[in-house]
Amino acid sequence: MPIIVMNKNSLVSISDISRDEMLDLLRRARYFEENPDSKILDGKIVATLFFEPSTRTRLSFETAVNRLGGRVIGFSDAATTSSSKGETLKDTIKMVSNYVDLIVMRHYLEGAARYATEVTSVPVINAGDGANQHPSQTMLDLYSILKTQGTLENLTITMVGDLKYGRTVHSLLMAMQYFNPTFNFVACPELRMPQEYKDFCDEHGIKYNETTEFSPEVINSSDIIYMTRVQRERFSDIMEYERVKDRYTLHNDMLADSKPTLRILHPLPRVNEIDRDVDDNPKAYYFEQARNGLFARQAIITRALGIDPEK
Amino acid sequence: MTTDKKELAVAALRNGTVIDRIPSPVLFKAVELLGIAGMDSNVTIGNNLDSKKIGKKGIIKVADVEFPETVLNRIALIAPSAVVNTIHDFNVTAKRPVVLPDCIVGIVRCGNPKCISNNEPMATKFHVVGRNPVVIRCHYCNHTIEGAKAQIL
Ligand SMILES: [Zn+2]
Repeated sequence: MPIIVMNKNSLVSISDISRDEMLDLLRRARYFEENPDSKILDGKIVATLFFEPSTRTRLSFETAVNRLGGRVIGFSDAATTSSSKGETLKDTIKMVSNYVDLIVMRHYLEGAARYATEVTSVPVINAGDGANQHPSQTMLDLYSILKTQGTLENLTITMVGDLKYGRTVHSLLMAMQYFNPTFNFVACPELRMPQEYKDFCDEHGIKYNETTEFSPEVINSSDIIYMTRVQRERFSDIMEYERVKDRYTLHNDMLADSKPTLRILHPLPRVNEIDRDVDDNPKAYYFEQARNGLFARQAIITRALGIDPEK
Repeated sequence: MTTDKKELAVAALRNGTVIDRIPSPVLFKAVELLGIAGMDSNVTIGNNLDSKKIGKKGIIKVADVEFPETVLNRIALIAPSAVVNTIHDFNVTAKRPVVLPDCIVGIVRCGNPKCISNNEPMATKFHVVGRNPVVIRCHYCNHTIEGAKAQIL
């Protein structure tokens, strides 16, 4: 039997945390936005282990630690580490655990972060494991929604684009279960929301509409439009990609009759699913959204270390 | 009940275990799960027998062996309908269905090639998320597999 190490401050998947823990993280994020110079990680060392490169996520986590006064060690690409010489993940995690107070890791293999929590007593934050989980993205999405709408309750959230493979929309859907949302799922048949997530909605009494049309009715009813990238390689039929790719592109004129409080989110990087002419519309929120990632990650890091910023 | 008795008598098992009502398509997977290939005991395997309950069934009879409950319950993964008879002195002294545990450790391979459990020397672990049909979810990567299609380690 594997020894299960108590490692309750880790964050591997958004479904690991309760509604109260989510709200606590959002309170922390707000605190860090309002108090940017809290040096509460003085003396702490955080490892950022990026077995798969992701400059955007790594910089966000490392900035979060540095702004809180902590120090960072780690690597940004597995090619430069002993894992490229065949060292197991377990051995790498155990070695690093001797030096640090917290591990932030990204891995190309799915389940890597969950496994890491079982071989160390140092808390682990999952910064993405293949196509599986990326909970800090979900927390920054929730924080962005809360900040722009003033609440998470009773909102109409429209998800557009790749709803089949897009892990960010799946995690956001799961996280919103506590807040009585209404979803619009807008996608072509090849990239529609998987049945298991629609079943999840049914089981939790969550209302949703599914459509292939990115129509004015859908746009004008929305509080949040969450755009995702539609990637060519997701299509088995390249002609189908050519047919649908522009149908799910958001242009500024489509927002003419939308709610004044509507905000457009996108996990970035975008390709062409949001036209550049939307960028100057005050409803475009995707650049600020990325900045919220800093506060959301500061919240997750301090929770993992058991540090309460307000004490 | 009467057909069961007849089949048990044919094997003339004095002591041992009879696992009955295994759907034919998964019979040999059940044999694999029980680790019978490496045993010295007298083993009888029947397949494609008529069954009122499940159509075509398979049956495994192993003399002088009583399997631990945890081993027998592995069968529930692929054959939740299976029934285990314990035989003493030609009599069925216990008859019980197999029971699928909530968590399955180290028996099944994850179907996701990008799962950590397929790339690291470690035990696999699955949670049972559906029982009819049996569906299991990988503890690590969340990939789901139907029990009957699961690849045995
Ligand atoms: Zn797996």
